[in-house]
Amino acid sequence: MPGTVQSIERAAAILRMLAGGPGRLGLGEIARSLDLAKGTVHGILRTLQHVGFVEQDRASGHYQLGAALLHLGTSYLDINELRSRSINWADPLAARSGEAVRIGTVYEGRVLVVHHVFRPDDTFQTLDIGTLLPLHATALGKVLLAYRAARPAPDLERFTRRTVVAPGDLGADLARVRNAGWGAEVEELTLGEAAVAAPIRGYGGLVVGAIGVSGLVERICDSRYRPHARLVGYVREAARAISRDLGAARR
Amino acid sequence: MTERYVIAVDQGTTSTRCIVFDRRGQLVSLAQQEHKQYFPKPGWVEHDALEIWRNVERLAPLALRRAGITPDQVVAVGIANQRETTVLWDRRTGTPIGRALVWQDTRTDAVVNRLLAEPGAAQVQRRSALPLATYFSGPRVRWMLDHTPGLQERAERGEVLFGTMETWLIWNLTGGPRGGVHATDVTNASRTNLLDVRTLEWSPGALAFFGVPRAMLPEIRPSVEVFGAATAAFPGVRIGAALGDQQAALFGQTCFAPGEAKCTYGTGSFLLLNTGTDLIRSNNGLLSTVAYQIGREPARYALEGSIAITGSLVQWFRDQLELIASAPEIETLARTVSDNGGCYIVPAFSGLYAPHWRSEARGVIVGLTSYITKGHLARAVLEATAWQTREVVDAMNTNSGLTLTTLKVDGGMTADNLLMQCIADVLDVPVVRPMAAETVSLGAAYAAGLAVGYWSDLEDLRRNWHRAAQWLPAMDPAVRGREYDNWQRAVRRTFDWIQPV
Repeated sequence: MPGTVQSIERAAAILRMLAGGPGRLGLGEIARSLDLAKGTVHGILRTLQHVGFVEQDRASGHYQLGAALLHLGTSYLDINELRSRSINWADPLAARSGEAVRIGTVYEGRVLVVHHVFRPDDTFQTLDIGTLLPLHATALGKVLLAYRAARPAPDLERFTRRTVVAPGDLGADLARVRNAGWGAEVEELTLGEAAVAAPIRGYGGLVVGAIGVSGLVERICDSRYRPHARLVGYVREAARAISRDLGAARR
Repeated sequence: MTERYVIAVDQGTTSTRCIVFDRRGQLVSLAQQEHKQYFPKPGWVEHDALEIWRNVERLAPLALRRAGITPDQVVAVGIANQRETTVLWDRRTGTPIGRALVWQDTRTDAVVNRLLAEPGAAQVQRRSALPLATYFSGPRVRWMLDHTPGLQERAERGEVLFGTMETWLIWNLTGGPRGGVHATDVTNASRTNLLDVRTLEWSPGALAFFGVPRAMLPEIRPSVEVFGAATAAFPGVRIGAALGDQQAALFGQTCFAPGEAKCTYGTGSFLLLNTGTDLIRSNNGLLSTVAYQIGREPARYALEGSIAITGSLVQWFRDQLELIASAPEIETLARTVSDNGGCYIVPAFSGLYAPHWRSEARGVIVGLTSYITKGHLARAVLEATAWQTREVVDAMNTNSGLTLTTLKVDGGMTADNLLMQCIADVLDVPVVRPMAAETVSLGAAYAAGLAVGYWSDLEDLRRNWHRAAQWLPAMDPAVRGREYDNWQRAVRRTFDWIQPV
């Protein structure tokens, strides 16, 4: 069979064996049944374990199908885990940019704010973790939309006259995000405010969230309403650092 | 001009981290490695000191590489360390004598009980401003000398050295058997039961009381001072500071004025209140400790409330009960229910620390009914940390005569939003997280940078502090009162569990 990837075939065979078996299976058992070297099977099992498709029993060392296989359609990364893993990079982003930082993920067709760092000016600000924001009118949302197979809802709400609501316009916007590797929103949700965001990737490059800064449009953008390159750089750097910690492009 | 940086080595209970900081106190890169926890018997907790040193050697170049910098761009390295963990090693070979006895280890129970009955006990406790307890290093040294044949004689001859983790790391960083500097700082020394907390010298009375030979003890230095230049891990870089991890966090939170307090939420949790140059003795279960000493300036003191089990309760929930796959998932699970369902967990795994100091207490889960789900247990796990904080804050307000108006928090558990809200609710004061959750490392970096003039003074450091998040209390006072009462009743059920042999 030309054009197939052997290790993926083998991984599939291992998963089928685990699914068909009576319970947990040992490494030797799997290797014997598939007539593969133990080392090969071990490497594949370790990888499957890393992505959550396989679990290893601590006491016996035997393997079984992982819980993640049952929830393939939902986000594989716990939102509190995402916050916990991002917190060290969100703080420096706020400090460098001088703006508020938010991290979001998709929840029921909207952006769920999972982490929020105040703008570092020690003014009174309120935590808005748990808030839901529109996907099409925020930088976080556009970034999250750009890397998803699902299409945005057909009737998009207009918040300001700059809100992008025409499907064609939004599609072009998302294509730009994919091209550039970051997204922006200028007065599309609230007049006078703008935001920049970049994708957070997990293993295999899967986009699991977005991180961005937002603030007054005159601080985020230049006189031509384009985000400052410096800010874009900070945001992308933070996104890359979190992605690296999450195991994106480990090899 | 080439940018310069400071590095912190945070040698913690579960892992060692090397973190590179810039002039604004922002994290530039981080490298982390966990080390093995040994639990050979109930109540025993050990580390392999050599494994920890090797981790430092491995992490140092990794942190530099991740920051994209070279050692000559590093102005100083500062050490923050798990406190009271006790290492003995051979001066000639550098080999540790057995494993390090970790601060959570309670094997010195019998030693402590025996010593408490001796005539000098009151004097030793007054000199060190610490109770005699299994928590501190002095009794551990006694235990190790008692349980290794011939060790006492070797120690008398100066062949065996004692140190807490910073001493062990400084010695290895500066050459080990080949001329390593054998030194500790005042904050770590203040956790041994062996320090005269007024003179900041080893107390001859305490040494005689514990039978600890002077020859094995490190030289006591200020926290912020150049200890020497590293020859390993960071060749050529000066070691600018060493502080116990909690004192480092106080420094990192820039709590430099009397009355300023912080609580660090990690494996255990530690609330420290700066009391300035005054040593305030506790009458209700808090500890008086040295906060820091900058060069030859007078030492600053702190009142400390130590809680043994907070984050480690979450780890227990994850590793022993296997109800969650990762620590942050505790919040996800806890949010599946709206309250604790009447269930309380008091994690007196190795006794209770402040303000109770009951080494015979053991943990309980109370209020179990068939209604209770794992979600309720998860809530009870988080609430245990909040209520333990409340007990310490109450004791601190009473003892110091000050009233805490804001709690500055840091540590890994500050990523748990539900917990932070819960703490604000039960304390009824705002909880504030600074824009650097890694304040232990930051404090070590600040102190080291200060020692070599990278930062000019404490005001320079204060300017780096910014509020990153704030949680405001939102709990009905009647609910707060009722829940606190339930908690206190649950705590009383842990007492007197271990019977004296």
